[in-house]
Amino acid sequence: MKIKQLSIFLENKTGRINEVTKILSHAGINMQAFSMAETTDFGILRLIVAEVDKAVEVLREANFAVMLTDVVCIKCRNEAGALSTILDRLSEQNIFIEYMYAFAEDDRANVVIRPSDIERCIEILSQCQCDVINNF
Amino acid sequence: MIWNPNKECMSREQMRALQSKRLQKLVQYVYHNVPFYRHKMQAMDVAPEDIKSIDDIVKLPFTTKQDLRDNYPYGLQAAPASEIVRVHASSGTTGNPTIVGYTRKDLAVWSEVMARALTAYGVTRDDTFSVSYGYGLFTGGLGAHYGVENLGATVIPTSTGNTEKHIRLIRDLKITGIACTPSYALYLAETLDKMGLKKEDIGLRIGAFGAEPWTENMRNEIEQRLGLKGFNLYGLSEIMGPGVSYECQEQNGSHINEDHFYPEIINPETLEQLPHGEQGELVFTTLTKEGMPLLRYRTKDLCTLHDEVCACGRTSIKMGRIVGRSDDMLIIRGINVFPSQVESVILEMQEFEPQYMLVVDRVNNLDTLQVQVEVRREQFSDDIGRMLAMKKRLADRLKSVLSISADVRLMEPGSIERSQGKGKHVIDNRQLK
Repeated sequence: MKIKQLSIFLENKTGRINEVTKILSHAGINMQAFSMAETTDFGILRLIVAEVDKAVEVLREANFAVMLTDVVCIKCRNEAGALSTILDRLSEQNIFIEYMYAFAEDDRANVVIRPSDIERCIEILSQCQCDVINNF
Repeated sequence: MIWNPNKECMSREQMRALQSKRLQKLVQYVYHNVPFYRHKMQAMDVAPEDIKSIDDIVKLPFTTKQDLRDNYPYGLQAAPASEIVRVHASSGTTGNPTIVGYTRKDLAVWSEVMARALTAYGVTRDDTFSVSYGYGLFTGGLGAHYGVENLGATVIPTSTGNTEKHIRLIRDLKITGIACTPSYALYLAETLDKMGLKKEDIGLRIGAFGAEPWTENMRNEIEQRLGLKGFNLYGLSEIMGPGVSYECQEQNGSHINEDHFYPEIINPETLEQLPHGEQGELVFTTLTKEGMPLLRYRTKDLCTLHDEVCACGRTSIKMGRIVGRSDDMLIIRGINVFPSQVESVILEMQEFEPQYMLVVDRVNNLDTLQVQVEVRREQFSDDIGRMLAMKKRLADRLKSVLSISADVRLMEPGSIERSQGKGKHVIDNRQLK
């Protein structure tokens, strides 16, 4: 299952991430995962939230450049080698990963992947021992 | 020392007579060889015969940078192409550079006026002179180069580039003089420190500084740190290049080579000629130029003309420091930059909003230019590689149009301050101390 991730363009400016979190908080939107990619002068904040459409609406209202990107989220065992096995399968099938981020809780780990070919990626992941999830 | 006392120390009456004769000849020449001037004069109902003395110059039309651009590339050239032996160019505001062709005689005049300047600084045949203006389309390098050769000193054409190597050359070749921008001179001083060398380790004694505005404080700092005496060298490519005017040992204004370049000060609003001593826009008429002679060219530089007798013995009129511009031109690392050039590049690219800000600064004595531009909402991509490619495309375009590199900064849409009326597009943080 594909998940819509929010990508937000941010200048490197103090307090800019905080603006985003404040807007989402006012709208009552909870963030489930995020990562920040940065260059010397700008960054891209990538977010997974429950209410995607509402989040896009409130952020655009506040003049942020926001776009939606399809990503895959998986759950795997929180133990040595679990992710490696999955990534092996993807690379065997020539799936290129543009970026990914992850966080672990208890005995499970959540991983967000932005692959080159998302349909094929989901197909391959479904065949191996990991759960492709719809949300966290 | 004075290179050409016959001209540099002429009595005022003789100078006026010479200028009058040369202006009459010039007007005949452009009237019959440059349709642009003929049409302008006809429209103003002025015939060459109406110009009887230098005072009649006020009857003649002005020339602007826009005229040069509109007549790109050779529309204002008076001499036939077969007589042109060299062409220089300076950056233009809409992508069209300003093209200036020189005849063999023009080049001889140029190296003559440069030799006058160098002699006034105290340069002699025994000096070894490093020319660190850029060599190329820019007039700085070659202009200073042939002046040094004409004078008979040794020229080292270092151009711009590797500064440490340059300092080793200054030390090892016993270079005694340098021509460069004042900000490069300060950068040189800094590099000297970094290399663990002192001013006593090198033997520089004379600096010819120009191509950008500078102040007495900068002069003091350069002189202290490099152990030389620094002199102003003024020029602009449309008129000739470096050597239009120069400081003497008195250092209280720059003597204009007015037998070749006739100066006026005008009110930039009313275009009326102002008396000497009043501040206004500097205007030059090239009295002897053959390749691309110009009538009353508006430099947009604001300054004052002084006709008090100079203690050095020269009788020529002096110009004070350039105190500003009557347009929005910036001089960055010696290169002329107009905000409109940046604008035209940005307007051509669909990735960006037509909003931009130029931030100019001086870091380690080198000018820096940052161009802030807003990314269009629909052009934003989650792919960092694409965003960086967008940034690089703009940087490459700017480099080719401006001739200097700019640091592009991608901004969020809506983040650059909108101003009412005439947009403010420049933040100049350079402190001309």
